[in-house]
Amino acid sequence: MNRSGVVANPIDVGAIVDEVRDAHTGAVATFLGTVRDSSNARVVTGLEYSAYTGMATREMEAIVREATAIAPGVRIVALHRVGNLAVGDVCVMIAAGHAHRGPAFDACRYVIEEIKKRVPIWKRERYADGSAEWVNACAPQDGASALPQDTHT
Amino acid sequence: MNITVRVFASYADALGADRTTVTVPDPATVGAVRAAIAALSPRLPPRPIIAVNEEYATDDVAIAPGDEVAVIPPVAGG
Repeated sequence: MNRSGVVANPIDVGAIVDEVRDAHTGAVATFLGTVRDSSNARVVTGLEYSAYTGMATREMEAIVREATAIAPGVRIVALHRVGNLAVGDVCVMIAAGHAHRGPAFDACRYVIEEIKKRVPIWKRERYADGSAEWVNACAPQDGASALPQDTHT
Repeated sequence: MNITVRVFASYADALGADRTTVTVPDPATVGAVRAAIAALSPRLPPRPIIAVNEEYATDDVAIAPGDEVAVIPPVAGG
Protein backbone atom coordinates (compact mmCIF):
# COMPACT_ATOMS: atom_id res chain seq x y z
CA MET A 1 0.00 0.00 0.00
CA ASN A 2 1.46 3.35 -1.04
CA ARG A 3 1.38 6.24 1.44
CA SER A 4 2.32 9.90 1.17
CA GLY A 5 1.74 13.27 2.76
CA VAL A 6 3.00 15.91 5.15
CA VAL A 7 3.60 14.97 8.76
CA ALA A 8 4.20 16.92 11.96
CA ASN A 9 5.99 14.18 13.89
CA PRO A 10 9.53 12.83 13.38
CA ILE A 11 9.96 10.31 10.56
CA ASP A 12 10.76 6.78 11.71
CA VAL A 13 13.20 5.77 8.98
CA GLY A 14 13.46 2.10 9.91
CA ALA A 15 9.72 1.62 10.16
CA ILE A 16 9.19 3.16 6.72
CA VAL A 17 11.81 0.95 5.11
CA ASP A 18 9.97 -2.05 6.53
CA GLU A 19 6.67 -0.66 5.23
CA VAL A 20 7.74 -0.96 1.57
CA ARG A 21 9.20 -4.44 1.70
CA ASP A 22 7.89 -7.98 1.94
CA ALA A 23 8.90 -11.42 0.72
CA HIS A 24 8.63 -10.32 -2.94
CA THR A 25 10.93 -7.32 -2.47
CA GLY A 26 14.50 -7.58 -3.72
CA ALA A 27 15.45 -3.91 -3.46
CA VAL A 28 14.56 -0.87 -1.38
CA ALA A 29 15.79 2.53 -2.56
CA THR A 30 15.55 5.33 -0.01
CA PHE A 31 16.15 9.05 -0.07
CA LEU A 32 16.49 11.11 3.08
CA GLY A 33 16.59 14.88 3.07
CA THR A 34 18.29 16.16 6.22
CA VAL A 35 18.71 19.61 7.71
CA ARG A 36 22.15 21.02 6.92
CA ASP A 37 24.03 23.43 9.15
CA SER A 38 24.89 25.92 6.42
CA SER A 39 23.31 27.72 3.48
CA ASN A 40 25.13 30.11 1.16
CA ALA A 41 27.96 30.43 3.69
CA ARG A 42 25.57 31.31 6.52
CA VAL A 43 25.35 29.20 9.67
CA VAL A 44 21.91 27.56 9.86
CA THR A 45 20.59 26.60 13.27
CA GLY A 46 17.27 25.13 12.13
CA LEU A 47 14.45 25.17 9.59
CA GLU A 48 10.76 25.79 9.67
CA TYR A 49 8.68 24.04 7.02
CA SER A 50 5.10 25.03 6.31
CA ALA A 51 2.68 23.61 3.76
CA TYR A 52 -0.61 24.15 2.04
CA THR A 53 -1.56 20.84 3.57
CA GLY A 54 -4.51 19.82 1.43
CA MET A 55 -2.85 20.65 -1.86
CA ALA A 56 0.51 19.23 -0.77
CA THR A 57 -1.18 15.95 0.06
CA ARG A 58 -2.93 15.84 -3.30
CA GLU A 59 0.25 16.65 -5.21
CA MET A 60 2.25 14.04 -3.34
CA GLU A 61 -0.43 11.43 -4.02
CA ALA A 62 -0.36 12.36 -7.72
CA ILE A 63 3.44 12.10 -7.81
CA VAL A 64 3.35 8.66 -6.21
CA ARG A 65 0.74 7.53 -8.76
CA GLU A 66 2.99 8.78 -11.57
CA ALA A 67 5.95 6.92 -10.08
CA THR A 68 3.99 3.68 -9.99
CA ALA A 69 3.27 4.15 -13.70
CA ILE A 70 7.00 4.62 -14.35
CA ALA A 71 7.91 1.63 -12.19
CA PRO A 72 5.00 -0.84 -12.14
CA GLY A 73 4.97 -3.00 -9.07
CA VAL A 74 6.82 -0.50 -6.90
CA ARG A 75 5.64 0.21 -3.35
CA ILE A 76 6.25 3.77 -2.16
CA VAL A 77 6.11 5.77 1.04
CA ALA A 78 6.82 9.51 0.68
CA LEU A 79 6.61 11.79 3.72
CA HIS A 80 7.59 15.42 4.27
CA ARG A 81 7.89 17.07 7.68
CA VAL A 82 6.33 20.38 8.59
CA GLY A 83 7.09 22.50 11.64
CA ASN A 84 10.37 23.35 13.31
CA LEU A 85 13.34 21.08 12.58
CA ALA A 86 16.84 21.06 14.00
CA VAL A 87 20.13 20.45 12.21
CA GLY A 88 20.37 16.75 11.40
CA ASP A 89 16.64 16.08 11.44
CA VAL A 90 15.08 14.16 8.55
CA CYS A 91 12.84 16.59 6.64
CA VAL A 92 11.77 14.28 3.81
CA MET A 93 11.90 10.55 3.23
CA ILE A 94 11.14 8.50 0.13
CA ALA A 95 11.24 4.72 0.25
CA ALA A 96 10.60 2.62 -2.85
CA GLY A 97 10.49 -1.15 -2.69
CA HIS A 98 10.49 -3.39 -5.76
CA ALA A 99 11.57 -6.84 -6.86
CA HIS A 100 14.57 -5.23 -8.62
CA ARG A 101 16.81 -2.24 -7.96
CA GLY A 102 16.30 -0.40 -11.27
CA PRO A 103 12.62 0.42 -10.81
CA ALA A 104 13.20 1.08 -7.10
CA PHE A 105 15.86 3.70 -7.85
CA ASP A 106 13.81 5.20 -10.70
CA ALA A 107 10.71 5.61 -8.57
CA CYS A 108 12.59 7.03 -5.60
CA ARG A 109 14.40 9.60 -7.76
CA TYR A 110 11.23 10.60 -9.58
CA VAL A 111 9.30 11.21 -6.36
CA ILE A 112 11.90 13.43 -4.69
CA GLU A 113 12.57 15.47 -7.83
CA GLU A 114 8.86 16.09 -8.39
CA ILE A 115 8.28 16.97 -4.73
CA LYS A 116 10.93 19.66 -5.04
CA LYS A 117 9.33 21.05 -8.21
CA ARG A 118 5.62 20.97 -7.42
CA VAL A 119 4.54 20.34 -3.87
CA PRO A 120 3.45 23.52 -2.03
CA ILE A 121 5.84 23.34 0.90
CA TRP A 122 7.97 26.27 2.05
CA LYS A 123 11.12 26.52 4.07
CA ARG A 124 12.34 29.26 6.36
CA GLU A 125 15.95 29.07 7.46
CA ARG A 126 16.96 30.29 10.90
CA TYR A 127 20.48 31.61 11.20
CA ALA A 128 22.99 31.81 14.01
CA ASP A 129 22.65 35.60 14.10
CA GLY A 130 18.97 35.25 15.04
CA SER A 131 17.52 36.23 11.66
CA ALA A 132 15.34 34.03 9.45
CA GLU A 133 14.50 34.01 5.75
CA TRP A 134 12.17 32.14 3.42
CA VAL A 135 14.10 30.11 0.87
CA ASN A 136 12.80 30.53 -2.67
CA ALA A 137 13.92 27.32 -4.26
CA CYS A 138 11.74 26.38 -7.17
CA ALA A 139 8.85 27.81 -9.17
CA PRO A 140 6.55 24.92 -10.13
CA GLN A 141 6.56 24.29 -13.87
CA ASP A 142 6.83 20.92 -15.57
CA GLY A 143 4.54 18.17 -14.43
CA ALA A 144 2.13 20.39 -12.60
CA SER A 145 -0.92 20.33 -14.80
CA ALA A 146 -0.92 23.19 -17.33
CA LEU A 147 1.00 25.39 -14.99
CA PRO A 148 1.48 29.08 -15.74
CA GLN A 149 4.92 30.63 -15.68
CA ASP A 150 6.00 32.48 -12.57
CA THR A 151 8.31 35.36 -13.30
CA HIS A 152 9.47 35.57 -9.71
CA THR A 153 12.52 33.31 -10.00
CA MET B 1 -17.21 39.34 -7.36
CA ASN B 2 -15.28 39.21 -4.07
CA ILE B 3 -12.88 36.31 -3.79
CA THR B 4 -11.06 35.24 -0.65
CA VAL B 5 -7.56 34.02 -1.41
CA ARG B 6 -5.37 31.92 0.88
CA VAL B 7 -1.80 33.20 1.16
CA PHE B 8 1.28 31.33 2.34
CA ALA B 9 4.88 31.70 3.47
CA SER B 10 6.79 34.70 2.07
CA TYR B 11 3.67 36.09 0.40
CA ALA B 12 1.80 35.97 3.72
CA ASP B 13 4.64 37.95 5.25
CA ALA B 14 4.46 40.45 2.39
CA LEU B 15 0.72 40.95 2.85
CA GLY B 16 0.71 40.63 6.62
CA ALA B 17 -2.06 38.04 6.52
CA ASP B 18 -2.72 34.46 5.49
CA ARG B 19 -5.96 35.39 3.70
CA THR B 20 -6.91 38.35 1.58
CA THR B 21 -9.92 39.38 -0.46
CA VAL B 22 -9.82 40.73 -3.99
CA THR B 23 -12.61 42.10 -6.15
CA VAL B 24 -12.69 41.05 -9.80
CA PRO B 25 -15.28 41.39 -12.58
CA ASP B 26 -17.88 38.66 -13.13
CA PRO B 27 -17.34 36.03 -14.39
CA ALA B 28 -14.20 35.65 -12.29
CA THR B 29 -11.13 34.06 -13.82
CA VAL B 30 -7.75 33.04 -12.49
CA GLY B 31 -6.13 35.66 -14.70
CA ALA B 32 -8.10 38.46 -13.08
CA VAL B 33 -7.37 37.18 -9.58
CA ARG B 34 -3.68 36.85 -10.43
CA ALA B 35 -3.49 40.47 -11.54
CA ALA B 36 -5.42 41.68 -8.50
CA ILE B 37 -3.14 39.77 -6.13
CA ALA B 38 0.00 41.08 -7.80
CA ALA B 39 -1.27 44.64 -7.35
CA LEU B 40 -1.54 44.23 -3.58
CA SER B 41 2.16 44.51 -2.85
CA PRO B 42 5.40 45.37 -4.68
CA ARG B 43 6.89 42.39 -2.82
CA LEU B 44 4.75 40.00 -4.89
CA PRO B 45 5.76 38.96 -8.43
CA PRO B 46 3.76 40.30 -11.40
CA ARG B 47 2.34 36.86 -12.18
CA PRO B 48 2.07 34.81 -9.00
CA ILE B 49 1.00 31.18 -9.33
CA ILE B 50 -2.63 30.50 -8.46
CA ALA B 51 -4.30 27.28 -7.35
CA VAL B 52 -8.04 26.63 -7.45
CA ASN B 53 -9.46 23.82 -5.34
CA GLU B 54 -5.93 22.61 -4.58
CA GLU B 55 -4.80 22.37 -8.21
CA TYR B 56 -2.50 24.68 -10.16
CA ALA B 57 -4.65 26.78 -12.49
CA THR B 58 -4.08 28.73 -15.69
CA ASP B 59 -5.44 32.21 -16.46
CA ASP B 60 -8.51 30.96 -18.33
CA VAL B 61 -9.87 28.86 -15.47
CA ALA B 62 -13.21 30.17 -14.17
CA ILE B 63 -13.73 30.68 -10.45
CA ALA B 64 -17.13 29.86 -8.98
CA PRO B 65 -18.50 30.87 -5.57
CA GLY B 66 -17.21 28.48 -2.95
CA ASP B 67 -14.03 27.57 -4.83
CA GLU B 68 -10.89 27.58 -2.71
CA VAL B 69 -8.39 29.97 -4.26
CA ALA B 70 -4.76 30.23 -3.15
CA VAL B 71 -1.62 32.03 -4.25
CA ILE B 72 1.44 29.79 -4.24
CA PRO B 73 4.96 31.15 -3.62
CA PRO B 74 7.92 29.35 -5.19
CA VAL B 75 8.02 25.98 -3.49
CA ALA B 76 10.95 24.86 -1.36
CA GLY B 77 10.27 21.33 -0.17
CA GLY B 78 12.92 18.67 0.18
